[in-house]
Amino acid sequence: MKMSKITLNIDGTEIEASEGMTILEAAQSVGIDIPTLCHHEKLEPYGGCRICTVEAEVRGRTKLVAACVYPVEKNLTVKTRSDKVDRIRKMVLQLLLSHAPDSEQLVDLAKEYGADKDRFEKEASFCIHCGLCVRYCAEVKKKNAVGFINRGSKREINFVPEIAARECWNCKECFPLCPTAALQAAYVFTESLVNSSPPYETDSE
Amino acid sequence: MDNARIDQILEKYNGEASSLIQVLLEVQSENRWLPGQALERISEGLQVPLARIQHIATFYKAFSLVPKGRHEIHICMGTACHVRGAQNVLDKVQELTGINPGETDLDLKFSLETVNCLGCCALGPVMEIDGQIHGKITPSETADALQKYE
Repeated sequence: MKMSKITLNIDGTEIEASEGMTILEAAQSVGIDIPTLCHHEKLEPYGGCRICTVEAEVRGRTKLVAACVYPVEKNLTVKTRSDKVDRIRKMVLQLLLSHAPDSEQLVDLAKEYGADKDRFEKEASFCIHCGLCVRYCAEVKKKNAVGFINRGSKREINFVPEIAARECWNCKECFPLCPTAALQAAYVFTESLVNSSPPYETDSE
Repeated sequence: MDNARIDQILEKYNGEASSLIQVLLEVQSENRWLPGQALERISEGLQVPLARIQHIATFYKAFSLVPKGRHEIHICMGTACHVRGAQNVLDKVQELTGINPGETDLDLKFSLETVNCLGCCALGPVMEIDGQIHGKITPSETADALQKYE
């Protein structure tokens, strides 16, 4: 990777960052806080939760980007807080809260952005599809014991029983990563072992 | 489906991870569904984690992780078929086969599925069995159509 320096402006301060960094990393390097849910420093950027949305201005045009995946570039002007950004984060939070109304992280953020947890009908799946457990297992532990199944509104995490029964007891490192509740992955994990045959063989009739 | 046949298919694609979907499609078309044991074999053969295969196999509707019947019934519920009484056709087929959409009967004869458009709206209501189109079908005619299949 080329290590040439790039100057950009975040919230009115000139910042020097190296090429290949994301807006989030650049902001963190000078102590500017951008809220994140699906971000983890050991993992590849994912851009799943959109809570890190910021306003980025390039050549006079403003666009909304996810700070955790957007690479820094020359003459970039970033606003991490603005009416528009706050409005979007509030909406994102309200949508996520319909899945996980009691998540501490979400409730704290909701207080800051004035999000109403009863804005949308509750569908408490306790999963906001941040993919932290899935990606941690694949990228850091390289076990792939947990993955996503189904798609769209039916998407959920699922432990592969054959692998989970062997690997998970001594690891469980993904449990505390969960932004909604440390117990969510634990619950799905237990469920997968109780129904000892894999999901594709259970409801065969 | 035995492992030898799966290995043959895997060999055809040189065990390349990128051909996962092609391999799954071939197994699906030969076996009519994807058994867990086949997925494990494919996982080893292509060096793709089982979690990822599950993700893909549950993502696409073309794949089935439960056994499918010998004959697949598709009943179109698209707008044109709907206004011409597709619901009545579906009700009748459900009554005749005793299964709901997405299900397969016990002797693995029929699988029933609703679809959103088969592309021949002028023929509505349309029922498709094993790719053969039965157009402008009435609920009473469905019984005759189904009887032809063993």
